[in-house]
Amino acid sequence: MPAHPDRIGDIIARFPHVRRNSLIPLLQAVQDELGYISEEAIVRIGSHLSLPSSKVYGLATFYNQFTFSPGGKYHITVCNGSACHLDGAGRLVEEIKKILDIGDGETTRDRLFSLEVQSCLGACGQSPVMAINGTYFSGITVKRLREIINQYLEDGSR
Amino acid sequence: MDPDKELLLRLAQTDPSGLGREEREHLALLSRQVLEQPLIMVNSTTSGMVAGAGETWRAVEHYLEERNIGAEIRETGSIGLLSEEPVLSVQLPGRTRLFFRRVTADRVPALLDDIFHMVIPAELVIGQLPGNRQETWSDIRNLDNIPFFALQSRIVLEHCGIIDPFSLAEYVGRGGYSAFLSVIRRYTFSEVCNLVIRSGLRGRSGGGFPTGLKWKTAADTPSDQKYLICNAEESDPGAFTDRYLMEGNPFQLLEGIAIAAYAIGSNRAYIYIRSELKDSVKRIDHAIRELRNFGLLGDNILDSGYNLQISLRKGPGAFVCGEETALIASLEGRRGMPAPKPPYPTATGYLGRPTVVNNVETLSNLPGIIRKGPDWFRSIGQKDCPGTKIFSISGRSRITGLVEVPMGTTFDVIVNKITGGVERGRELKAVHVGGPLGYMIPPALMDLEITYENLKKHQLGMGSGGILVLDDRTCVVNMVRYFTAYVDKQSCGKCIPCREGTRRMAEVMERICSRPADEPDQSALDRFRGVLEMESLSGVMKDTSLCGLGQNAPNPVMSSLKYFREEYEAHVFDRVCPSNICTQLRSWFIDVDLCTGCSICAKRCPAEAIIGTPRHPYFIVQEKCIGCGICYEVCKFSAVYYK
Amino acid sequence: MGIRLEVNGREIIAEKGETILSALSRHGMHVPTICNLKELSPTGACRMCVVEVEGLENLVPACSFPVEGELKIKTHSSRVLRARKTNVELLLSNHPDDCLYCERNLSCELQSLAEHLHIRERRIPGKKRSGGIDRTSPAIVLDPAKCILCGRCVRVCGEIMATSTLDFAGRGNELKISTSLAKTLDESNCTACGQCLNVCPTGALTENIQFPGLEPHLSDPKALVMVQYTPAVAVSLGELLGYRPGTDLGKTIPVLLRRLGFDFVVESSLGADVMIMEQAAIFQERKGQEKPYPLITSSCPAWVQFCEMNFPELLPFLSPLRSPAQITGILMKERFAGQLMHGKKRVISVLVTSCTAAKREAKSGEMTPQGIPVIDFVLTTRELAKMIRLSGLDLEKLQSGETEAPVMIHGYAGKLTAAAGGEAECLTRSIYRQETGSEMDPSKLQRFRIHKSYREATVKTGKGSLRIGAVNGLAEAVRLLEEIRAGRTQLDLLEVMACPDGCINGGGQPLRAREQTLRARTKAIFDLDNGAEIRTAHHNPDVNRLYKDYLGQSGGETSRSLFQTAFTGRKDN
Repeated sequence: MPAHPDRIGDIIARFPHVRRNSLIPLLQAVQDELGYISEEAIVRIGSHLSLPSSKVYGLATFYNQFTFSPGGKYHITVCNGSACHLDGAGRLVEEIKKILDIGDGETTRDRLFSLEVQSCLGACGQSPVMAINGTYFSGITVKRLREIINQYLEDGSR
Repeated sequence: MDPDKELLLRLAQTDPSGLGREEREHLALLSRQVLEQPLIMVNSTTSGMVAGAGETWRAVEHYLEERNIGAEIRETGSIGLLSEEPVLSVQLPGRTRLFFRRVTADRVPALLDDIFHMVIPAELVIGQLPGNRQETWSDIRNLDNIPFFALQSRIVLEHCGIIDPFSLAEYVGRGGYSAFLSVIRRYTFSEVCNLVIRSGLRGRSGGGFPTGLKWKTAADTPSDQKYLICNAEESDPGAFTDRYLMEGNPFQLLEGIAIAAYAIGSNRAYIYIRSELKDSVKRIDHAIRELRNFGLLGDNILDSGYNLQISLRKGPGAFVCGEETALIASLEGRRGMPAPKPPYPTATGYLGRPTVVNNVETLSNLPGIIRKGPDWFRSIGQKDCPGTKIFSISGRSRITGLVEVPMGTTFDVIVNKITGGVERGRELKAVHVGGPLGYMIPPALMDLEITYENLKKHQLGMGSGGILVLDDRTCVVNMVRYFTAYVDKQSCGKCIPCREGTRRMAEVMERICSRPADEPDQSALDRFRGVLEMESLSGVMKDTSLCGLGQNAPNPVMSSLKYFREEYEAHVFDRVCPSNICTQLRSWFIDVDLCTGCSICAKRCPAEAIIGTPRHPYFIVQEKCIGCGICYEVCKFSAVYYK
Repeated sequence: MGIRLEVNGREIIAEKGETILSALSRHGMHVPTICNLKELSPTGACRMCVVEVEGLENLVPACSFPVEGELKIKTHSSRVLRARKTNVELLLSNHPDDCLYCERNLSCELQSLAEHLHIRERRIPGKKRSGGIDRTSPAIVLDPAKCILCGRCVRVCGEIMATSTLDFAGRGNELKISTSLAKTLDESNCTACGQCLNVCPTGALTENIQFPGLEPHLSDPKALVMVQYTPAVAVSLGELLGYRPGTDLGKTIPVLLRRLGFDFVVESSLGADVMIMEQAAIFQERKGQEKPYPLITSSCPAWVQFCEMNFPELLPFLSPLRSPAQITGILMKERFAGQLMHGKKRVISVLVTSCTAAKREAKSGEMTPQGIPVIDFVLTTRELAKMIRLSGLDLEKLQSGETEAPVMIHGYAGKLTAAAGGEAECLTRSIYRQETGSEMDPSKLQRFRIHKSYREATVKTGKGSLRIGAVNGLAEAVRLLEEIRAGRTQLDLLEVMACPDGCINGGGQPLRAREQTLRARTKAIFDLDNGAEIRTAHHNPDVNRLYKDYLGQSGGETSRSLFQTAFTGRKDN
C-alpha cells in the first residue's frame, strides 16, 4: 500500500493545546483542507481534545459550515436572502434541484455538482445572485441558469 | 508608500496643529489628500465582486500596463451604492476624487481614456468628493449634493469606499488611532466608561441597551480576566451593515474594540465573524496582523503598560449565534445554544468570566466619540437616542444601499428620499425592517421617527437595520412565509416554544400560500384554525422563548397580521393572492384562440389536470390544478394565462 | 440574610443567589418542570417552570432565575398557565398519539403534564417528527419520535456517567438525540447502564423488553426454567406493587417466582458469595506485587465495558472474574440443572435484575460460549412487576398463605453487593479472615456506609493494613482513577459501580427514584446484613457445600476455568 499523507494528523498537529475552544477552528481547518468532516476526523479530533466523539459530532452537525461528505467539483451557492427571494431565488433553487436532482447540502452522484443555499451573500443590489466555485452570477433568470449549468456540465464531462 | 513605524506613530499621537511642515506634508500624502500619481480605486467588497469588480480591476491593470501609465490602483470598500456596482473612483493629482457607477470591465478603457483627457463621461459619474488642496471639477456635483448622500450623516461610514482597507497608514493619516492612543495615555478604565455613558451611545444590535452601562457592569465585576467580544455574526438575510463596515474600514472597528476592551479592563478581545463573510475575514485578519506589526496590539502597547490581544474567530454558521450567549457557547467550542439570562454575560460570560459582547456598528462608533467628544455625539440624532443608525436598504427600492442617518429620521426620508422610493408607476406597499425577526411596516407609519422608544411604542423595532422595500408587485404574506421558513431552519431547537412554535408557524404560512392537489376537508379546517391559533401561539412564543430568536420570531407574523390583515383574508378565505405572487394560488387558464393543441402542457402537468385532444385547444380542470405554473412555462404559444 | 419573595400574595424567604425554583420547592410550592433534574446542571430549555415576575416583560424560567432582590412572583396566573399549556400542546403536536401502546403508558411525564393542564383537544395541528426506532441494543431502545428533547439523558450520560454516548445532533426542527456519527446504540460506546431511561420523561428511551418471550417456556412442561434474582430487586420491587420504598420482598419473591411458573429459584447473591471467595483468593495471589493500581472489582458489567473502552491500561488490574449474575448462571446450568432435569429436555436460565447492562452482558460473545448463552433471558425489576400484574397474583395472600416450599439456594454476605460500597465491605471481611485467621467485627466498617459517591477506609489486619475504597457513578470513578494515577490516592482494593448508589439504582429499577427512595433501598440492604446470622461469604453453607462437592479450592483449577474471563481493550469504539 502506498503511504498516504496523514492530512488530519498534520492539521491536528497545528493545534497542540488541548482546549475545547480549539474544537471549532480545528474542524474548520479540516473542512477547508479536506472539503468535508470525515468519520476519522471526528474520532481523532475527539481523542486529541479529550472530548467524547459524540460531542464533536454533535457540534459539527449544529453549524452550516460543516459537511459530512465531499462536495462536488462545482459547488453552487445560491443566495436566498430577502432581496434575492423577492426576485425569484426560490424558483432558481427549485430549478437546480430539478435539473441536478439534489437537495440543499447534497452532491450529485457523479460528484460533479453540489448545492448550498446561503442566507445572504450581501450583494442585494444584484439580486438574484449565485456563485459557482466563487465565480459570481448576478441578476439570473431561470433561462440563464439553465445555460450556466449546461456550460458547467459540458466542461465537467470533458 | 509605506511610512516607517515611528513616523506613523508620531503622526497618530500628535494633534495635527502641532505638526511641523514636513510632517503635515506626510500626513497629506498618507491620507491621499495629496497625490504623487493618479489613483484608481475599485470597490472590491462582495457587492462589487458580484457585479464584476474583479474583471474591472484586471481591465484597469491591463489598461495602465498597456499604455505604460504610472498610476496607483487600490482596493477600497463600498460607498453604499450597492445597486451601482462596480463603483470605481479616480483621483488625479491636485484634483478632487471622482466616483463612477457601473464600471464593468468593458467600460474601463473608454472611461480611463476620457479621464486622462480630462473629460468626464456624464452617464457614469456619480459625483466628486471635495478635499483640501484639491481643485474641483466643474459641472460635477459634489457627492454631498446628490440625494443619496445629501440627507445622510455619514459619521461611521465616513471613510468607507474612500480609503484603502488594507492600509493602516491611510487610516492613521485620516485621524485613525488618535482616539485609542489618547485613551490609553490619558484616561483610566472608568473614565472611558463614563465618557461613553455620557455620550449616550446605545447598542446598535436592536435592543438599544446603553453601551457604557453594559461596560460598567462588567468593569465592576471582580475577575482575574475579562473579555470583550465583537459580534460580527450578521447573518440576517438583507442586512449588510457590519459586513461593509468591516470591509470598508476594518481599522476603525479594531480601534473601537481596543477602546472598549480598555474601558472594561480587558486584555483579551475576540472578533467573531461569520465564516461566510470571507472578504470581511480577509480584511480583519490583515488589519490585526498589521496592528501587531506596528505595536498597536500586543504587550505593553507603546509603553503604556496596557496589553491587548485581539483574535479573529470564524463563526461556523448558525443564525442563532448572533445571540450573545449562543455566540459565547460557540466561542467556547460548544453547540451554539443560548443560555438563560440572568446570569448575564457581563457577570459570567466567556469561560465563566465577565464578558461584554458589542456589535460591529456600536464599536465602530467609538473612535469618533472619543476623538470628538460625547457632546459632539449627543448633538447628532435624538436626545434619548443620540448618534446615527446605519440601514441596509434592499428590495424594490430604486437604490440598494447602505444608508447612515441620524436617529429620529423617518422611514419616509430613508426609503423615499435617500434611496429614491419604488420604481416610477409603482406603489409602496410596505417596508420590512429587521430581517427574519423584524416587522412589516405599512405606508401609514412611514412618518414615524426611528428611535428605539418610538418603534417600541408601536410594538416595532429596528433589529439589525435591514430594510426591505416592498412594492405593489410583492406579496406580504409570501414574504412573511419566507421569513417564518427561514427562522424555522435557524432555531437552535433548545427550547420548546421556539423549536416547535417556529415549525408550526412556518407550516401555517406554507398552507396559506399553497394549494394541495386534492384538498381534504381536514386540511382546509387546519388552515383556518392555524391562522386563528397563530396569534395566541405568537404571544406564548414571545413570552416564554429562551432567547431573542424565539421571542422575536413571531414579529413578522404579528405585525403583518396587524397591518395587512386583508391580504391574509384573501389568501385564506378567497384562496387568491392579490399580487399574484403565490403561484399555487393562481388560477390557470388556456386561451382557446392561442392554443394549437400541441399537448405538451398536458404531458408535463404533474397533476394530470389538463385534458384535451391533440390539435384542438386544451383545457385545465380547476379542481385538479395545483397551480404550479409548469404549463405556463412550457407553452410555446403563450396560450396559458392566469388570473 | 434571606430575601423576601411575594409568591401568589404569600410571603416566603429565599436565600440570595438561589433559583426561584429552589426557593419555591423549599416552601412546598410546586411548578412543573421537564428538563430540570436536581443532580444535573440547569439548562432552562423546556420553559415549563416559567413564572410571572412583576416588572419583567417576559415570563422567566424559575429553574435558572437567581434571586438577587425582592420579587413579586405569580406561579399560576392565567398568563402562566396559558403559556405552559401552549408549550405542552406544542410538544403534543409533534408527538405520536399512541399512548395506549406505549411502554411508558401511565408512567409518562408528558402524559401527566397534559392531564394536569387539562388538555382535551388537539389545538395545534402539524407534521410530526419521524425517525426510525433503534432496537439494536439488547438493553436499550431509542424511539426518536417520542423524544421531547429535554436533554436529561444527554446530561446523565455525560455529567454522571462520563460516557457521552448520547448528545444533541442537528439543529432546530432537525434536532435529535444521537450517538456519535449517528451509529446504532449497539455499535456505539453505550455501556447499557440504563441511567438514561431512568430519567427519560417519555417513552423515547426504554429497556429492551424480554419477558413476553419467556411466556412459552414457562408453560412448556419439557423446559426446566431456572431463575435467579438479585438483592437489589428484592428491596425495590415493592415500590411498583404499592409497598413503601425500602420494603424487602426477599422472602416473597421466591414463592412468587414459583407461582409464575419457574421451576427453580436461586439468589444471585450466591454467585456474589462465590465471587467474593474467588476474589479473596486473587487478592492473596497478587499481594506483594509492585503495582500502581489496586485490585479493581469487575462485578459491574457497565464499568467493565467502560474500562475496556476508556482505560484499557487498567485492565490488568481488574479482577478477572465474571459478574455475580453470570457466576450464578454458570452454576445453574453447569451444576444445578443436571440435578434437577427429571426428564426435562431443555434448560432455560433467567435473571431478574436491577441492571440493564446485564441484558447486554448476557448477549455478549464472552458470555455465550459456543453461541449458547449462560443466561437466556434477563428481566428488569420493572419487567418482573409487569409479569406479576399480568399474572393477577395477590402478594398479600402469598405472603401469609403460601406453604409450598420453594427450591432455593441462598447467598448471604453477597447481598451487600447491591448497595454501593457493599462489595468492598464483604470482600474485606473475607480478606481479613484470610490474613488474620479470625473474623472481623463488621461494625468496624460502619463509617464506610456513608451516603457518598466515594468512600475510603483502612482496616488493620494484624500486622498489616488494608486500604479499601469504593466509588459509584462513572464520572466519579474517572475522577478517582485520575487521583490514583497521579499518586494522590493509594488503595489496595477498589470497588467501582457504574450507577450512582450502586445496583439499587440500576437502569432497570422503578423510574426516577428520588434521593429518599435510594436511601431507603440502601438501608434495606444494610438492614438485611445487620440482621443476618451469617454475614460472610466463607460461612455460607451453600457455598461451602459447592466448594466441597464441586469446585474444590477457591482460586483453584475448576473455579478459574468456570468463572474467570479475559477483558479486551477496545478504544476504537
